This record gives sequence, C-alpha cells and structure tokens, in this order.
Amino acid sequence: MAAAVPFEQWTAEEKYGHFMRRIENGEKIEADDWMPDDYRKALIRLITMHGISEIMGAFPEKEWVPKAPTLRRKLAIMAKVQDEMGHGQLLLRVAEDLVKPCGKTREDILQDLFAKRLKFHNVFHMPSPTWADAAVIAWLVDGAAILSQTMMLKTSYGPYGRALKRICQEESFHAKHGESLTLSLAEGTPAQRRMLQEAIDRWWEPLLMFFGPKTKEATGHTNVDKNLKYKLRTKTNEELRQEFLSKYVPKIRLLGLAIPDPTLRYDDEKGEWIYREPDWNKFKQIVTGNGPKTDERLRLRRTSYENGRWVREALAQWKAAAV
Amino acid sequence: MTPEYRTALIELLYQLADDNFILAYRGSEWLGLTPHIEEDVAFSSINQNAMGHAAIYYQMLEDLGEGKSDDLALLRPPAAFRNAVLLELKNGPGNYWDAPDYDWAFAVVRHFFFDVFKSIRLNALKKSSYPPLAAAAGKIVTEQAYHLMHWETWFVQLMMSTDEARRRMEKALSLCWADAGGLLSLGKWGAVMAEHGLTATEAEWRDQWRQAIGQSFARVGYVPIGEPGMAHGDGRNGEHTADLGEALSILSEVYRSDPQATGW
Repeated sequence: MAAAVPFEQWTAEEKYGHFMRRIENGEKIEADDWMPDDYRKALIRLITMHGISEIMGAFPEKEWVPKAPTLRRKLAIMAKVQDEMGHGQLLLRVAEDLVKPCGKTREDILQDLFAKRLKFHNVFHMPSPTWADAAVIAWLVDGAAILSQTMMLKTSYGPYGRALKRICQEESFHAKHGESLTLSLAEGTPAQRRMLQEAIDRWWEPLLMFFGPKTKEATGHTNVDKNLKYKLRTKTNEELRQEFLSKYVPKIRLLGLAIPDPTLRYDDEKGEWIYREPDWNKFKQIVTGNGPKTDERLRLRRTSYENGRWVREALAQWKAAAV
Repeated sequence: MTPEYRTALIELLYQLADDNFILAYRGSEWLGLTPHIEEDVAFSSINQNAMGHAAIYYQMLEDLGEGKSDDLALLRPPAAFRNAVLLELKNGPGNYWDAPDYDWAFAVVRHFFFDVFKSIRLNALKKSSYPPLAAAAGKIVTEQAYHLMHWETWFVQLMMSTDEARRRMEKALSLCWADAGGLLSLGKWGAVMAEHGLTATEAEWRDQWRQAIGQSFARVGYVPIGEPGMAHGDGRNGEHTADLGEALSILSEVYRSDPQATGW
C-alpha cells in the first residue's frame, strides 16, 4: 500500500484493517474518526441503551423523591435522581453524535423508546412499592451498575469513556447514599427491617439478571462478543456477576439479611459462586418491553413528552427568530 | 428577646421555611416530566436549593426550641403552615406518579413570581435584627441570581414565541396574579416584624416586587388586570387550600408510617 494514497481512496478492507489496528493498539476512537458501520451500530446500541436506562432508571426512584422520610433524605434523593437524569443527558449527547450521520436526532431515539424498539435495563421495569426499594436500588442496583461501568472505563470509544469517568464518580456517591439508607433500615424497628428484607427478596433476581445471561446460547445473539472484540468492554456478563456476588453477598449477610436463594454458596474448588439461575425467559420478556411496570412508565414518559410539545415548539420558534 | 419579638421571629421563620419547603415539593413532583432532559437537571438543582433553604430555616426554629426540624416540616397540621397559598397549589390535574397533566406555563410563572420575591425578601433579611437570619440570608442570596435568570429566560421566551405559548402563559399569569398578593403578605404579625427590624415592611417589598415584575411585563408587552390578589386566602395566617393537606400527607407518608422509628 503506497503511503501517498489518501485515506478516502483506501479500500473498505484497508480502512477496516487500519481501524482494527488502532483498536488493538488501545487507541481511542473519536466521534469524527472513520469507523466501520458495525462498530457504529454496536456503539449506538450500547450507548442509547445506557442513556435511556439512566432516564428510565429515574422513574422507580423518583416515586420516592417527594416521600423520602426526612429533610436530609429528601435532599439526598433529589440530588441522586438528578444525577441519573444528568447521566442520561450526557449519554444522549454522545449518542446524538453517533446517530447524526444516519440522519437521526434525539427525537428519533425517544420515539424508538416509546415504540419499544429501544431496550432499557431489566431492573427499571420493576415495581418499587416501598421506601426500602429506594434504598436497595441506590445500594445494589447502583452497586451493580458501577461494576459494569467501571469495566467499560477503558472503552475504545473516547467520548463514551469520558462520560463514564464522570458517571462512575457520581455513582460511587449513590452507592454510599444507598448504603446509608439501607443501614438505617437494618438498624431500625422490626417493621423497618421487614420492609428492607422484602425489598431484598424482590430485587435479588432482577439484580442477578442485570448483568445478562451467561452464554450467547442463552441470549441468542453475540453482542457481548462483538463488544469484546471492539474493546468496548473487557469482561463477560458472568465475570461481572461473580464480582457482584463477591462484593455484596458478605455485606448483605453482615446486616443479618437473608438472600432468597438457598443454593447460594461459594465453591472454593471452582473459585466461583454457585447460585440459582434467574429465569432467563422472564428476563427476555422484561427487556423486550413486557415487564410489570414497563407500560406504566413508558406512558408517563410519553405523556410528559407530548405535554411538553408546545414548549419545544415555542423554543424552536424563539431560536429561529433570534437567528 | 421579648416574648413579642420571639413570636414575630418564629412566625417569620415559618413563612420562610414553609414557602421554600412547599415549593421545592411542587418542583420535585416535576422530576422526569419537564419539557426536556436539560430542564429536568436544571430544575432539580433549583428545587434542591429551595429544600436546603427550608432545612436551614427549620433548623433555626429547632434552635429556638420549636421542636425537631423534621417534625416541624412533616408533622404540623396544615393550618399551622405559613407558606403563601400560591406555592401550595397543584401543578395541574393528576398525580406525579399517575397521569400528570401538569402545566409548564403555570410552573414558569409561579417560580418566576416567587424568585423575584425571594430575592427582594433575602436582600431585606440581610439587615435583619436577628443575626442568624441575617447571616443565612447573606449566604443564600448569592445563589439567587442564577435562579432568577433561569425563570426570567423561560418567562420571556415563552411569552414572545408562538401564539399557543402566549395564550397558555397569559392564562397562567392571571391564575398566579390572583394569588400573588399572598406572597407579599407578612400576615398578622407583619407590623411587629417590621417594627423590630426583623424584615422590611410589607409596603416596601410590595413596591419593589411590583416594580421588578412591571419591568419584565413591559419587556413582553403584558399588562395585568388589577392588583395581585389573595383569591385563596392568606397563607401567612394559616388559611390554605385542600392542596396543602394532600401535599403534606405525601411528604410525610414514610415518616409517619412507623411511629416507633427513631431513625431513617
């Protein structure tokens, strides 16, 4: 290959080869760099899902924002849910840059969400009927999210990595907030402890599901492999789940709480946790938009989006007049 | 501190605490429902500030021996609240968790009216004869410029864009105007508060508010009808709507749920 040939005239194969060498060398890809469609698609799928999950993730907790028990807790949970919306905003900006060459905008991303073409994390389809759910979400769901987001900090896509850096910093505050809420309930009255135990019982299976199925046979697709190949991620679903169990099982037990899985144990020989498999059919149903709270939360999101249409139109006109 | 001074001070602190507390609650009901994600983030900052200010004032009341600040915020009956009625009115039909048909124009006008007033009140309180209050006001007022800018931007843009936006905004303006007088009221202890140098007089901040709002109205070519009213009563004297009772039951639902609990 002659060095003098300008990049635009390279063959598709040459461009792809060059791109993959950059990935293998650990270089960061930026928004305006050439990238194969396959990579762009993988990024769009990953980052829109993450961004929309942050936004939809605000819903189960936001139900408890006005009801948080004390002034201090009200302030803390307001800040926490605001952070989640902020993460959603940050990630949607990254996604907007990626869908732009495809002629798409944020509007399209939101319409995809409303039409259930866009998935979001299984945990955010679940009900959060008590204050203890807000505690368990902040402690364990955010704790799980930190593990998968930290793993992606070294992602090959520069803009995503930079967004994740800020997100991870804030998430670690959330997990501390969640731990503090959980501790107060664990040390509280029998009613408070009962409420907490019931929340753990409700969230255990969704938490195991959060990391996704073990094998591609179970998922039916190869997104994880592709994301590994492009160095978007560095660990498999199961590796992350094992990390989660190692980190949180002892903490949960230390609080005197029960984990609703009698088969759960650490196998010293294998060096891994043995646990009861969550129901992956149920998982598939949930993430394709048929979870217990999916429709209700999407309806809330869609209604507010439609109620705000006149405002967005007014802003567009104001902007056009100002130009 | 004479008993009269103390009574007037406590009344004033409840006005300050309850105004911020109730409006921060109404604002927090909007979380996830505003016209765009950027606004969700910005609005939430403003609500957190207001909730933080409420906590500061409730703490001052606790320090004066009124009781635990959480109890003051969450366990008093509605008639003991001293917030302006305008701030307690619902955001619109529905609930924040179920089919909210909230009115963004109402949110903009209400917050704009309040933040103009809050700036005037804080500036007056910087000279309060009660030193902890003067110190707190001096600190809080520094954030106020950003909030004002936020709501003024919304106010002007929505008033000067589409016909639909103008129509909705004018409807919200007349609704808010009908109760804006309640913001400016100092209640039945107002004269004593001013006499003891706790605040400026009611007439002073009424004039300042009318002037500031008048300038914004002139910018967008709007003329209000009549004077700001108190259509739903004077919250400073404990007159409130059913909306307040409903709000308080939501705010205190968890706190009240376990009377044995000593910590949350």
